[in-house]
Amino acid sequence: MTAARLRRPAATLALLVLSAAPAVSAYAAAPTSASAVRTANQPSDPLVWGKMLYQEGCASCHGLTGQGLNGVPSVVAKGAAGVDFEVSTGRMPLATITDQALRRPHSLYTEDQTAAMAAYVASLGQGSEPAIPTVAQVDWKRADLAMGGELFRTNCAQCHSFAGQGGALTLGKQAPNLMQATPTQIYEAMLIGPNNMPQFSDATLPPAQKQAVIRYIEFLKQPDNPGGLNLGRLGPVSEGLFGWVAGFGLLVVIAVWIGVKAK
Amino acid sequence: MTPTTPLGRTAVALDQRFGGAKFMKKTFNKVFPDHWSFMLGEIALYSFIVLLLSGVYLTLWFKPSMTEVVYNGSYMPLHGVKMSEAYASTLNISFDVRGGLLMRQIHHWAALFFVASISVHMLRVFFTGAFRKPRELQWIIGLVLLVLAVIEGFAGYSLPDDLLSGTGLRISQALMQASPVFGSWMAFFVFGGEFPGLDFIPRLYMVHVLLIPLIFLGLIGAHVGMVAYQKHTQYPGPGRTNRNVVGFPLLPVYIAKAGGFFFAVFGVIILLGGLVTINPVWLFGPYVPDQVSAGSQPDWYMGFLDGAVRMMPNWELHLWDHTLSLNIMIPGMILPVVMLAVVGAYPWLEAWATRRTGEHHLLDRPRNVPTRTALGAAFLSFYLVLFIESGNDLIAAAFHLSINQITIAFRVMIFLVPVFVFWLTKRIALSLQRRDVDRLLHGNESGRLLRLPHGEFIEVHAPLNERDLARLSANPGLAPIEAPAATDDAGHPTPGLRVKRLQARVSHFFYGDRIVPPSVEEIEAAQAQLQSGHEPHGELTQH
Repeated sequence: MTAARLRRPAATLALLVLSAAPAVSAYAAAPTSASAVRTANQPSDPLVWGKMLYQEGCASCHGLTGQGLNGVPSVVAKGAAGVDFEVSTGRMPLATITDQALRRPHSLYTEDQTAAMAAYVASLGQGSEPAIPTVAQVDWKRADLAMGGELFRTNCAQCHSFAGQGGALTLGKQAPNLMQATPTQIYEAMLIGPNNMPQFSDATLPPAQKQAVIRYIEFLKQPDNPGGLNLGRLGPVSEGLFGWVAGFGLLVVIAVWIGVKAK
Repeated sequence: MTPTTPLGRTAVALDQRFGGAKFMKKTFNKVFPDHWSFMLGEIALYSFIVLLLSGVYLTLWFKPSMTEVVYNGSYMPLHGVKMSEAYASTLNISFDVRGGLLMRQIHHWAALFFVASISVHMLRVFFTGAFRKPRELQWIIGLVLLVLAVIEGFAGYSLPDDLLSGTGLRISQALMQASPVFGSWMAFFVFGGEFPGLDFIPRLYMVHVLLIPLIFLGLIGAHVGMVAYQKHTQYPGPGRTNRNVVGFPLLPVYIAKAGGFFFAVFGVIILLGGLVTINPVWLFGPYVPDQVSAGSQPDWYMGFLDGAVRMMPNWELHLWDHTLSLNIMIPGMILPVVMLAVVGAYPWLEAWATRRTGEHHLLDRPRNVPTRTALGAAFLSFYLVLFIESGNDLIAAAFHLSINQITIAFRVMIFLVPVFVFWLTKRIALSLQRRDVDRLLHGNESGRLLRLPHGEFIEVHAPLNERDLARLSANPGLAPIEAPAATDDAGHPTPGLRVKRLQARVSHFFYGDRIVPPSVEEIEAAQAQLQSGHEPHGELTQH
């Protein structure tokens, strides 16, 4: 009885799924990032603290004075904004050597630690490096949304795609999805041009335009979509996949149902 | 006898004046065979009706004009942005016309289903051999409809003049320009000058709402009319022969089935149109030639061409101060033409290699014609490799792969996969035939074991039911044509020897590997023996 039942393909599939489930859930539950860096022996001077943190977490690759080592880029040129961007998005410190540092769900450092490291790295430079934008600088709420859209489509969409969902670049690199990026991080990214991204200095993209771009991205983050399900906002590929599998698949099921012989 | 009901009296009055009763009776009593796969073409017909209805609604507000306007409708993120009237009116339909967005989405989903159902319908026709004599012309009409549907779909995708459609048009202009000698002139002619220009959208609109739909109406009418005239094909089954049609009459059975299916198709399209976004033009923004978005893809039916262009190495020839863009010409122009030619010529190629001149109204089970099935599967896999390559950037981003390596892998796969699929499909088809022969001669395994008095175990085999018996014994078991001898008995050379030898070679390619089906007598004897409870052929009871 049981053996006969197991011979059915559907039952076999169900059995496979059931037996794979524990392994899959164990994999999903496995820790994905190193535990947060501890905060013992916190000195009162942020520069001293920042130096300590820098030497602990960054110096082995970027060098003791932030000058870069063996092809690892200098951190000094990108200033405090660079440190804040890379660390607050969890890109740095690198988990593994990959084509490109990827965003972590959470930063490995607290905000205070990040600020201390940023201050220390800024102190290594000449003072002209990009600083962390202030709250007033990233205030996007009164920026021009339509202008932001135009600037986004002209400057950002070619890599990050029309709805900020990201896209592939050459040789395994990619332009990230922007939906998790905070306004400050977006502003910093425009200032420093991380990885393959071009730098948008205030001369090419004045602060008001940067704020407009941020406003458009904040608009894109809103979940409401006039047409219904948004299918990931990936364009015709996800539409085609959905149409074939869900839509046309349903029609074929109905056709089979109608075509069934009366018994 | 005079009818008493008002309907009856009206019918008689109409018949006395126009004489339609005989025709109606014949039509309503027309018998159609029953199978779900015969309804795939119906999906195409019904989505075409949905396209016509929703399209008419859209024409009420769409303005096919490239005149520049400043948008001030209700979609705030584009407020004050300069755009063409075509794009502005599409936004207007989406946000300010009652039911406009629903209609746009219905129209677009219906378009995807229209092309999808034509394609799948064609696959069904191919794999069952329904394209054979006398239906070759139907095959060609279907192919023309498919090509027109793709062009019509692309025209519709291009009309709103959003960033995505403009990018697509730019590529189609590049395809025209890649034609040797007259390419530049053709592009100038079609676009009325430089790209994008002011002329193209109005011209495309005429093609989209008038020219192609009219051709559609004519060809669909001819296609459906010929189905009625030539009768529908049927799968082999009890009582079904090459000379009859077994099924249900149009009235009441098929009217109910087809009518119900029409509403089901309509319903599914409207459901998707209401619940799932398609082509969110407001997010793409207006077309500006210096902008382009990552992930710019065509709708699915153009995907294989896009994939071919993405896959092609960057080859160019420079001859006498002219550039020949092989990188665009080969994948974008030569490849689709070759693919269409192969598909269009296939019925004649197969008929030539088969040398059968009779009519075919009984469909083949795909396993019984292994080489055709394998060729179809190989073609499909070739198409799918191109198709999947068109999403290479999304695959790279989703799976953290290198887009360069994906492209290189697909360049290899485009040659290897179809060969492997051909081999595999043919093996599977032949194996399935062996299984059929086994069931015909030995019956079904019943799962019951019997212990004989002397201790031996045998499995009891059951006779096949009537339906299986009819289906399984329908294998025509085609044998290849043999090449004639170089000279006849009198020593005269055979006329057309070369062509006949080629024909024999092609025929061997088609039918060389074959499982010889059992004869009718063998099957009858085996089944009779099974009915009487004895194991036929005694293989299992041998000591």
